[in-house]
Amino acid sequence: MTDTILPFVKAGDGAPYLAGSRCGACGEVFVGTRATCAKCTARDQMAPVHLAQTGKLYDFTVVYRSFPGVKVPFIDAIVDLDDGAHLKGTLMGVDPDPATIQFGMPVTVEFREAVPAGADRPYLTFVFVPAEGAKS
Amino acid sequence: MSDVYIVGIDMIRFGRYPEKTVPGLAAEAALLALDDAGLTIRDMQALFCGNLGQASGMVGQRMLAEIGQTGIPVTNVANACATGATAFRDAWMTIKAGVYDTVLAVGVEQMGKGLLGGGGGVSPEGLVGSYTMPAMFAHIGMEHSKRYGTTFAQFAQVSVKNHHHSTLNPKSMYRVETPLKEVMGAEMIAWPLTKLMCSVNVDGSAAAVLMSEKKVRERGLMDRAVRIRASEMSSNPFEDRQMAMPDFSGATRVAAANAYEQAGIGPEEVNLVELHDCFATAELVHYENLGLCAFGDAGKLIDDGTTALGGRVPVNVSGGLLSKGHPLGATGIANIYEVSTHLRGKAGERQVEGARIGLTHVVGGGPGMGTACAIHVLEKV
Ligand SMILES: [Zn+2]
Repeated sequence: MTDTILPFVKAGDGAPYLAGSRCGACGEVFVGTRATCAKCTARDQMAPVHLAQTGKLYDFTVVYRSFPGVKVPFIDAIVDLDDGAHLKGTLMGVDPDPATIQFGMPVTVEFREAVPAGADRPYLTFVFVPAEGAKS
Repeated sequence: MSDVYIVGIDMIRFGRYPEKTVPGLAAEAALLALDDAGLTIRDMQALFCGNLGQASGMVGQRMLAEIGQTGIPVTNVANACATGATAFRDAWMTIKAGVYDTVLAVGVEQMGKGLLGGGGGVSPEGLVGSYTMPAMFAHIGMEHSKRYGTTFAQFAQVSVKNHHHSTLNPKSMYRVETPLKEVMGAEMIAWPLTKLMCSVNVDGSAAAVLMSEKKVRERGLMDRAVRIRASEMSSNPFEDRQMAMPDFSGATRVAAANAYEQAGIGPEEVNLVELHDCFATAELVHYENLGLCAFGDAGKLIDDGTTALGGRVPVNVSGGLLSKGHPLGATGIANIYEVSTHLRGKAGERQVEGARIGLTHVVGGGPGMGTACAIHVLEKV
């Protein structure tokens, strides 16, 4: 089985998903599993959830210089998922041109396998792509 | 409660010293600060030593092995870009608590060239966004642009200003003018940050001798003293996007509010500021976080020259991290050195005329790590 690039990316027996947690006390949704709420400090109130796979582009930068072996340019995006979680990822499917990327554009999460820089085998990872019908 | 004073403070010229050692660099600054105070290592009752690169390497003790092993307690400190300021604040706290009267604080770093960030294991860089420091601070700038319309040229102007200031500072790594066209035309690292809008990785060290009020009077050192009106630290309070986007504003606002309260002043009373311009975008955001202007007005401040030497509240007259350089563990005390030098009226060509109160700010951290912020308010005696 393919390893996943980050612990919260789950293979899910052929139906990959992003693992999250929702605080039963304050409602905050976190990326990844956790036991205590960093926002309201409640303990033992966290329920595991599958994170939303749709959201909106909150912020971005276009990275032109990265670590050795990493292909540039690419869009480093901060997305507000529709369930309230906040997620960093790479935005694909639009030109890496700061002048044309739209704040607030709807995106969806897609899963794919890719070889990280410096690695010799593929890992399961995710990317953001423009939502169906969204203009880029 | 009586005040704590700086009676000796200095730094080496920031630069690249691959032939030197970390304890050796620390020793140079320590001796400069002791000389500035007219004291010796035998007068020091404790040492706080800040360094990141060799955080588990007992740098403070190794420094004493070079300048005199008197058996004093040594505390080695690591706290991201707030490392030096944390060592300084720890020294301040021991005096404030009445444990010691005379304490030495040192910050030191020896760095390689190149991008900072990343970590161990298989890297998600590129596949799942970016984990470089420039990308993090690019996001902060883009968020400001989105909210307030701040432009690439306004961010670039920060570098023009700070590089200009550094031409007047003999202790700066770089001392060359960089016109706006050159800053904007330099290699793009992460939009809107070009290479000239990123701080410089250098080697450096800075040190300060802190003393209780009683001891300053006893030793007759008030003529060279600088009063510490406030010393504050904070970590990042919870922010919704903190895991996706490290937050440096929340911690800065907490520390600033507490520092102004402790000093009993408002931001309008500050005559000069050395703030954490690790990237040009950060400087503008921190104008607002430190209360130098209203939220959304930072662009105006850089446009109208308010924060340039000669303006109402000059910011980073040393050249800042962008030009003077940013040796992580040394930066926090180097900032305090700069402000102290102005308050003593000894800053030469770059002197901020009539400076009575100055503020220093450092804030650091990284992706998934959290934030450390330190703010000091200093006053001319
Ligand atoms: Zn909660």
